[in-house]
Amino acid sequence: MIHYWPLLGIALVVLGFALRFNPLLVVFVSAVVTGLLAGMPFLKVLGAVGKGFNDNRNVTLIYVVLPVIGLLERYGLQQQARALIRRMRSATTGRVLIIYLAFRQIFAALGLTTIAGHAQTVRPLVAPMALAAAEKEHGELDEETAEKVKEMSAATDNVGVFFGEDIFLAVSSILLIQGALAGFGIQLTPFQLSIWAIPTAICAFVIHGTRLLLFDRRLSRRK
Amino acid sequence: MIGIYWLYVLAGAMFAAFAICSAGDRTNPKRWANAAFWGLLAASFWLGKILGDIGNGVLVLLLVALAGSHLLGRGTRQSTSDEEREQFSQRLGNKLFLPALVIPFTAFVGTLLFTYTPLSATHLIDAKAVTLVLLGAGVLLALAVCYAWLKPPVGAPVAEGTRLADSIGWAIVLPQMLASLGAVFAAAGVGTTIGSIASAIIPQGSVFLAVLLYGLGMVVFTMIMGNAFAAFPVMAAAIGVPILIHQDGGNAGVIGAVGMLTGFCGTLMTPMAANFNIVPAALLELKNQYGVIKMQVPTAIPLLIVNILILYIAGFHL
Repeated sequence: MIHYWPLLGIALVVLGFALRFNPLLVVFVSAVVTGLLAGMPFLKVLGAVGKGFNDNRNVTLIYVVLPVIGLLERYGLQQQARALIRRMRSATTGRVLIIYLAFRQIFAALGLTTIAGHAQTVRPLVAPMALAAAEKEHGELDEETAEKVKEMSAATDNVGVFFGEDIFLAVSSILLIQGALAGFGIQLTPFQLSIWAIPTAICAFVIHGTRLLLFDRRLSRRK
Repeated sequence: MIGIYWLYVLAGAMFAAFAICSAGDRTNPKRWANAAFWGLLAASFWLGKILGDIGNGVLVLLLVALAGSHLLGRGTRQSTSDEEREQFSQRLGNKLFLPALVIPFTAFVGTLLFTYTPLSATHLIDAKAVTLVLLGAGVLLALAVCYAWLKPPVGAPVAEGTRLADSIGWAIVLPQMLASLGAVFAAAGVGTTIGSIASAIIPQGSVFLAVLLYGLGMVVFTMIMGNAFAAFPVMAAAIGVPILIHQDGGNAGVIGAVGMLTGFCGTLMTPMAANFNIVPAALLELKNQYGVIKMQVPTAIPLLIVNILILYIAGFHL
């Protein structure tokens, strides 16, 4: 017997995000509603939420970098990142971000996903560099353009890490695929899987890299 | 052996320090709520193991209540002004990058040392947590370097960390919340239901349409769960294994790996993947909470098409 009622929880999430309620509230209410609709008593749902939260504390560990990043910002790290780019004559926003994309994909493919990221590199280094390059080429940026440059910096980090990490043999997603398929009696080595991450990695670099070059053009047309 | 437990102790200490710092920040009209929020998070890291499931659930409820009723605020306490920062940057120059690089360098070199040299046999660091433990070690090392070189006021790292944490706010715990939503979805059988819907609409006789449905199913389900990891086992069970691999004889390596990567295209397009899409909007102080997602869609869609073609060509015609 398949129960369709718990799917209402998904609808609640979509609706809550669309109406821009506080996301923590949306997610919590949706979890409770989904659990109740599946016939779980409230305390059991609360326990499941608590256990899920506790089991996933490792995703929040990355913020131990905040005191170091904040301290270096106090001493002008972002300003220095900008100064470095201003001195490079051929630096443009697109080129800076393409180099970062390549760096992120290559290091992720070597299994080094946590050495960079939004807190570690994008906020203190990459976004200020991309902004400085844009200012150097196109003068003072209006607020909307500066927003777009920052958004592109964050997007580039995500594309780099997502489409680099699966080339590494021991990354959790490769191990998960291996385990899931083994459950159906299909035995594969991590290598047989990670080799097939390479074509997508190359395409991701080409597609996003092209967008970055076009982004440069869009910036220069804004004047 | 140093395991992930010690990182939880470190993170707990940091959030406890943020809580104390927030409580003393008179420029923040909502300082007590911020102090309570970071204090609860410290309790989660320190005591999560002994609180039990219900206890952790109550802790989550309190975090949600604080954030959901808009009780969290931000201080306006100045650290250094932009002019001072310009002066520091001119005086200190590129050496400023070094402490920031200490963290990835420690993680990189340490991971190599503890994975590929005889050091790994010492079992000094839990093999499952090597990179994270070394990240923590790198942070402590970088802090030591900063203290020795820049001689900041003693409390500066905590004050600056609190400034950044306040600017991210509740989004810091959103990824954890979404993971627990995923756990409830799984317990409520949402995955099985979606899998059965997907396999019910599978068209007979067309390999390409089956590939298309598998790929789109990965994307949609990943967007709902915020995580391709949750989507993969469901779509593999519904379409990947029975139809594409067994019935149509597709290459299992391609179906597995590229199927997951197709899901990653969905991760680029959903607010449910909060740590990648919502947290950076907060970290970069963007006006539009969904700005990063909007920027990613034009990369995700062409890449999704390419992935479906790779699935079809490499999976069935090579």
